[in-house]
Amino acid sequence: MNVAFWQRIDQSARSVTPFLISLALVLLSVVPMPLPGFAPVVPALAAMSVYHWAIYRPNLLPLSAVFAIGVLHDLLSGAPVGLSAVVFLSVYGIALTQRRFIAGKSFLIYWFGFAIIGFGAAIEGWLLASLWHLTLLNFRAVWFQYLVSVGSFPLIAWIFMKWQQALLIER
Amino acid sequence: MDQRPSTILRIAQPRKSLVQRFTYLGLIVAAFGLMLVGKIDTVIVDKMRGEVINVAAPILGALSRPIQTMSNMVDGANAAIDMRAENEKLREENARLLQWQTAARKLQADNVALSKLLQVVPEAQASYISARVIASARGTYGNSIVLNAGSTHGVRKGQAVLGDSGFIGRVADVSSHASRVLLLTDVSSRVPVMLESARARALLVGGNVNRPRLVFVTPGTRVTPSERIVTSGDGGAFPPGLPVGVVASVTDSTIEVQLFADYDRLEYVRIGDFGLDGLVDRHLPDKNE
Repeated sequence: MNVAFWQRIDQSARSVTPFLISLALVLLSVVPMPLPGFAPVVPALAAMSVYHWAIYRPNLLPLSAVFAIGVLHDLLSGAPVGLSAVVFLSVYGIALTQRRFIAGKSFLIYWFGFAIIGFGAAIEGWLLASLWHLTLLNFRAVWFQYLVSVGSFPLIAWIFMKWQQALLIER
Repeated sequence: MDQRPSTILRIAQPRKSLVQRFTYLGLIVAAFGLMLVGKIDTVIVDKMRGEVINVAAPILGALSRPIQTMSNMVDGANAAIDMRAENEKLREENARLLQWQTAARKLQADNVALSKLLQVVPEAQASYISARVIASARGTYGNSIVLNAGSTHGVRKGQAVLGDSGFIGRVADVSSHASRVLLLTDVSSRVPVMLESARARALLVGGNVNRPRLVFVTPGTRVTPSERIVTSGDGGAFPPGLPVGVVASVTDSTIEVQLFADYDRLEYVRIGDFGLDGLVDRHLPDKNE
């Protein structure tokens, strides 16, 4: 067992953390919070994670991982299976095309990017769910959930940033 | 996937980008495919949900503990603050309930006597399983909760679930150690109910909003706000008389129902076995059993 071997192990363990964080956020988003009125507007934590890693380290969160996170989210939350997978893949794809304009710029631009892409994702999810149920679902909750997500984004993003700086230093 | 992150490399590798583009499209198509499968064949998707819930249940159970403990502490502190007012309220309520108890005793005795006289077929005795809520997803895309009891504890698909103050939904998926409950507010929830005093039948339809609606009310019924809604037992899926809610608002087009159960504070629920096989699974044998 040489040092290089352990370094490789260490490196790969670090590089799966974005996926693991995303999984943890999916689980966290379905943990019951006994706050009145909070449940329908739980922020889209997993979408934030997908957005962040698509902008900063897309190689650490491959497409298959995004798909898996989406399907897990649907299976746990009781939403139509595949819905979040489509939404997360869209967020990922769009974020990837825009990363040149967002990555490494100021935090405001990074936040603004999420506000725009997140809005698209909210509309997309709402449309798909309405189509799936063949009925026009209530948009109010989607809108408030979006606002809460955008509002809480800096906090979550700060954690991602710290994590990235501490654990995923480029070699 | 390659470990070295670099935009330059990515741009310099058109072939890789092409493969990735195809993967991307393929996954999008796969996700749509899953949605379609879920629409056509719910059995496969339910089974998948069951398996995933089973695996996630221990983690969710552990995650939900500290949050509930914290919430209980906050509740405790709040209760300590307004204990005097609370005591006063409870004393009044107790006095009122004692009167009701006398009335209920008398009615029960009457009921037993009359039932005997008329030789009414007795209802099956219900048994309950209590379970903790370990996950809850309520919003525009679905309204369900996950419980830490499954088929090994005797939970079966289609059983009625009760919160502390009323009927909240039915068991939708069961795995060995966890189960998912479709709440009354879910857009796919349909429950036969009746207006308690008018005895008129209706269907309670969820819409992924806080208040489900009443549809197909027996024609000619006058529905007034604050009328109590209970399950009707039609269809044999749920027993009659489980408290559901009260009529909150009546307009020309919609009748909204305010549910009794506080979905924000569900912590422990009861799963009722009323000895009914119901409509839910008559043609679909439960594969988890």
